[in-house]
Amino acid sequence: MCLGVPGRVIEIEELTASVDFWGVKRRVRLETVDEPVQVGDYLLVHVGFAIRRIPPEQVTETLELYNQLVTAASQDLMAADIRSEVAATARVNGGGRAR
Amino acid sequence: MRVEATIERLEFRDPERARALTQLLGTLCDEIARPVSVMHVCGTHEQSIARFGLRSLLPKALTVLMGPGCPVCVTDMPEIDEAIALARQGIVVATFGDMFRVPGSAHSLAEAKAEGADVRVIYSPFEALKLAQGTAKQVVFFATGFETTAVATAALILARPPENLSILSAHKYIPPVMEIVAEMPQTHVQGFLAAGHAATITGWRIFERFVARHHIPVVTAGFEPLDILAALSALVRLIRDRDERVVNAYPRCVTADGNRQAQKLLWEVFATEGGNWRGIAHVPNGNLRLRPKYSWADARCRFDIDSSSIADEAPTRLTQECICGNIMAGIAGPSDCRLFGKDCTPQNPVGACMVSSEGTCKIWHEYGGHVLVNA
Repeated sequence: MCLGVPGRVIEIEELTASVDFWGVKRRVRLETVDEPVQVGDYLLVHVGFAIRRIPPEQVTETLELYNQLVTAASQDLMAADIRSEVAATARVNGGGRAR
Repeated sequence: MRVEATIERLEFRDPERARALTQLLGTLCDEIARPVSVMHVCGTHEQSIARFGLRSLLPKALTVLMGPGCPVCVTDMPEIDEAIALARQGIVVATFGDMFRVPGSAHSLAEAKAEGADVRVIYSPFEALKLAQGTAKQVVFFATGFETTAVATAALILARPPENLSILSAHKYIPPVMEIVAEMPQTHVQGFLAAGHAATITGWRIFERFVARHHIPVVTAGFEPLDILAALSALVRLIRDRDERVVNAYPRCVTADGNRQAQKLLWEVFATEGGNWRGIAHVPNGNLRLRPKYSWADARCRFDIDSSSIADEAPTRLTQECICGNIMAGIAGPSDCRLFGKDCTPQNPVGACMVSSEGTCKIWHEYGGHVLVNA
């Protein structure tokens, strides 16, 4: 439940950001993060809120486990928790694909 | 034991490094020359440990226990009874999926729903806000989770939700329960792995007071199998050297002072209060409750919650045999339970530890007994 999920910022509008999670575009709240966030940054997101701006040099390492898990079997607990974290972010009106 | 789900093999990001770390752990344990017992307090750590079969790679002398790291599992039964009492009064109760099927004194919210109550499963606190905006009825968000999740609930309250939304907080705060578990005579914990994302909020320095008081080292750890092996190596080294301090083995996400903005929101809205954690004990300062300033958003202030009669609706025989409490305290493991995998399964859970994806029993039921990686 404290798993969190990393995603890439594609757009910022005041206190919300559009974030790309494996090609799915969702909205994330930014009032809980303590660093300035810019387009292109990776955020760690928990229940729809950004809790950490991931330092750029550590993005690849952070994504590795998640990338393995999101392709895992649907019954897998960790993969299911990652999907729940993405589901916790708000839908974007007018389509959800990031690219 | 049979594993029901089909789980494909995963590989370590860097198998060489995994091998080096397990060898280092072996050497450190040999030098200590007596059994070493450490505890983590995070459901995601347990998932990763079980998923990657890490215990099978560890030296025999090293035991890694799961402590009270599942927020849903440690939610006290009377707290769930309060949510059920509200739902039975005709109030819409929204809660996270993990909480839905966890039994209170006699029933779960899922059972209340089956009896006709309006209980909704949500993924994010802001869905509760949307729910309230779409109805004239009173909506209560039954909020569970550690400080990481409580930050989001705090942000929801500070966003001035509609008047028909209130919060029933069962949020828990991790640092105080580590003190309680460290003092339990049965556990003999010599070191703690601190939960990575709770520490993202609080920062690692918060554990220094704990270390000074209990003379037990603490290492913050990420969730990747290599993160966990590296953190365990750092922790066992501290134990070998009798070096009592905090080491941050998860610098990707944890800093000394943590996320100050999140702390600001958290402590603006919440104050700590003593309360029972299921199966553990009374934990001084272990519960996060709304400050009087935010009583307008506190379901406990808004409604007269009478849940006393629910406890009288006798629990079943199986519930009485459940040892979830001892499992959460790290005193027993799922395999010590007579019900595990027989009368208690993810399809028909008896205790909270078999319901939540962060519960030790559910994790072991899904992954247990299988080594999934080539190290």
